Amino acid sequence: MSQNGKPKVATTSLAGCFGCHMSLLDIDDRILKLVELVDFDKSPVDDIKEFTGRCAVGLIEGGCCNEENVRVLRDFRAHCDILIAVGDCATMGGIPALRNNIPLQECYDEAYRNGPTVYNPSGRIPDDPELPLLLNRVYPIQEVVKIDYFLPGCPPPADTLWAALTALLGNQPVQLPYGLLKYD
Amino acid sequence: MSASLEATTREVCAACGRDRTRLMDIVRTLQERLGYIGGDTAAALARELGIHRVEVESMVSFYAFLSHRPQGRIVIRLCNDYLDRMLGADEVAAAFEAELGIRFGQTTPDGAITLQHVPCIGMCDQGPAALVNDVVVTELSSDAARRIVRELRKHGDPARLVTRLGDGNNAHPLVRAMVNNNIRRRGPVIFSPMVRGEAIRKALAITPAEVIRAVKTARLRGRGGAGFPTGMKWEFARAAAGEPKYVVCNADEGEPGTFKDRVILTELPDRVFAGMTIAGYAIGAAEGVLYLRGEYAYLRKYLEDVLARRRADGLLGQQICGRSDFSFDIRIQMGAGAYVCGEETALLSSCEGLRGDPKNRPPFPAQKGLFGRPTVVNNVETLACVTKILEEGPATFCELGSQGSPGTKVLSISGDCRSPGVFEVPFGIKLSEVLALAGGEDALAVQVGGASGQMVAREEFDRTICYDDLATGGSIMVFGPDRNVLEIAESFLDFFIEESCGYCTPCRVGNVLLKERLHRINAGQGESADLDYLQDLAQTVKTMSRCGLGQTSANPVLTTLKNFRVTYNALVRKRTNGLVPAFDLAAAVGAAEALVGRKSEHAHA
Repeated sequence: MSQNGKPKVATTSLAGCFGCHMSLLDIDDRILKLVELVDFDKSPVDDIKEFTGRCAVGLIEGGCCNEENVRVLRDFRAHCDILIAVGDCATMGGIPALRNNIPLQECYDEAYRNGPTVYNPSGRIPDDPELPLLLNRVYPIQEVVKIDYFLPGCPPPADTLWAALTALLGNQPVQLPYGLLKYD
Repeated sequence: MSASLEATTREVCAACGRDRTRLMDIVRTLQERLGYIGGDTAAALARELGIHRVEVESMVSFYAFLSHRPQGRIVIRLCNDYLDRMLGADEVAAAFEAELGIRFGQTTPDGAITLQHVPCIGMCDQGPAALVNDVVVTELSSDAARRIVRELRKHGDPARLVTRLGDGNNAHPLVRAMVNNNIRRRGPVIFSPMVRGEAIRKALAITPAEVIRAVKTARLRGRGGAGFPTGMKWEFARAAAGEPKYVVCNADEGEPGTFKDRVILTELPDRVFAGMTIAGYAIGAAEGVLYLRGEYAYLRKYLEDVLARRRADGLLGQQICGRSDFSFDIRIQMGAGAYVCGEETALLSSCEGLRGDPKNRPPFPAQKGLFGRPTVVNNVETLACVTKILEEGPATFCELGSQGSPGTKVLSISGDCRSPGVFEVPFGIKLSEVLALAGGEDALAVQVGGASGQMVAREEFDRTICYDDLATGGSIMVFGPDRNVLEIAESFLDFFIEESCGYCTPCRVGNVLLKERLHRINAGQGESADLDYLQDLAQTVKTMSRCGLGQTSANPVLTTLKNFRVTYNALVRKRTNGLVPAFDLAAAVGAAEALVGRKSEHAHA
């Protein structure tokens, strides 16, 4: 809760493409209503890097592909009352999880040694602590922390995000009509 | 492409009349001749039959006994189902690996021997068991495994591994198997003495409609597990439009823990073939197919011989019993190691020379079955019952068993009991009585109906074996006080994951997710919410799957959740910090730590 009494929302993109965040921006002028309803805490929307307090809702885009993702996700779990998995990467791993059938060694080699645009005469894999270590595979986020809601879609449409958020913030049950959840 | 490969392919295709629907037989023969069906073989075959290469390859990739890669001249397939592992299959596996110097799934460098695992091969009462090519070896030990490898290296002939012959017809010159029948209890229907030809003569003396009426009066229901009224099925097929009609006997006994059809086929094949012939007369079919699971290939020559003798005696073939208006013949279709083919529509796909994919029902096979024609698919035991009903009349049959389930049931009992084997019991018998017969009174749990059946707890041992209570295709697996029920359920899920045809998502994906979550609970990393998750997901898999496999594959989870809730509750913890205990960051970054050469700052904090 902010000092002004408004609930706070935090968002992050883990192993995602920021497409779900773009979809959030697609709520267009409703974003003005949203900032009346809530304050943003840690989020790329306002570029706050670390949590400043307790949040009502955390929106997670993307799954966990590296240790930093896990740290951030656990941080979200610790600070947010409700966590929502936004989009297919968060829910199922999505496109990044395509690497799950490829040995980790090959992934590193492609990125740092053998890729067509790589220049790395030493052939070493960088070991700078700034570069998070990859996990053995990409994990959907509910395999790492408890998740309260899942919004499928690649990305979930703005209307779906809006309907879910306003329902939660208004203490209403999240009952999305079929039209907001079908993708064919 | 070598000319000899072309020639071999052409020759094998010609032997099957270049008939595309016989692809299963063609591929099996080629596999026997060439050792595997490689890309060039598939291409040659496709050209020869005028079909697409992908049709050949999808068949080869579907069946466990077919291979698109070179295999050893001898393939050892060790059964690794839970019952065999209870009897020491893991030690046998280790001995095979050590003696051969290879792991499962590999072939020795000299190309002589391939080692594979295989699910239940129907020898649970005499496990651990394995198939060495078509030869069954039973009651294995690690010593026996080492001896088998040494002998095979010496003479290379699997048939010479059979040093002692089993009981009954297992010692028949055309069988020569070390398999035992282990018939512990002979009932008045299946394992009763028969006069060969009597049932057929009695059937031919009345009209087909009267034959169907007799089967209906006997209230005979399918013995394979589903329990559909046989007479009604026949009536549908008789009334359905379309010619020719077919009778198919389902001898693809793949349900783990079931081996009674093997024994019936070994001891009383005449009773089964007579039942098929009577079914043919009743519905107006001239052709029957016995679909025999690939694991029972050792019975094939013997069964072919029985068929030949029936033809010679006028009980099969043209003008049966001198009747100019009735001809009926039976051919044996071999399976190639696919559990799902026990499902009737998948079995029909397989008979049509396709992958064993199930089809949508309706239309049911009685309307549109084999090649889209009206087809009756009956279990081995059901057809044997038909013969008895025609021999002695429906009234005698109805006197046996219970009100809703007349007759007897042949059970195959295995696991923690003193006398595993085959028991013919009247329907309506209590589970506790069955356990007493087999010497398994101190059981902790009994799995009734195979992997897809239900796990019954001690408190419910007074329930009865019948269609209205504990329905079973015959499988009764007994688990003693020291067994871990959830571990058993997990092993059943492993089986379904392996055997799912992959067509529909609830089955292909759902079973994997069920297994993962169950494993998590078993490993002590579960939480109470996981039980709700299992319940929901299992219900989804059950209701949303396309065929009987997926519709029953969640039963190990559903029935243990219901009957062994205490066991689950003792394993799960309540979560307070919102973290998933099964996720281990240190383990997840371990591989990257080794590759990058530095320690994670988060994982070891």
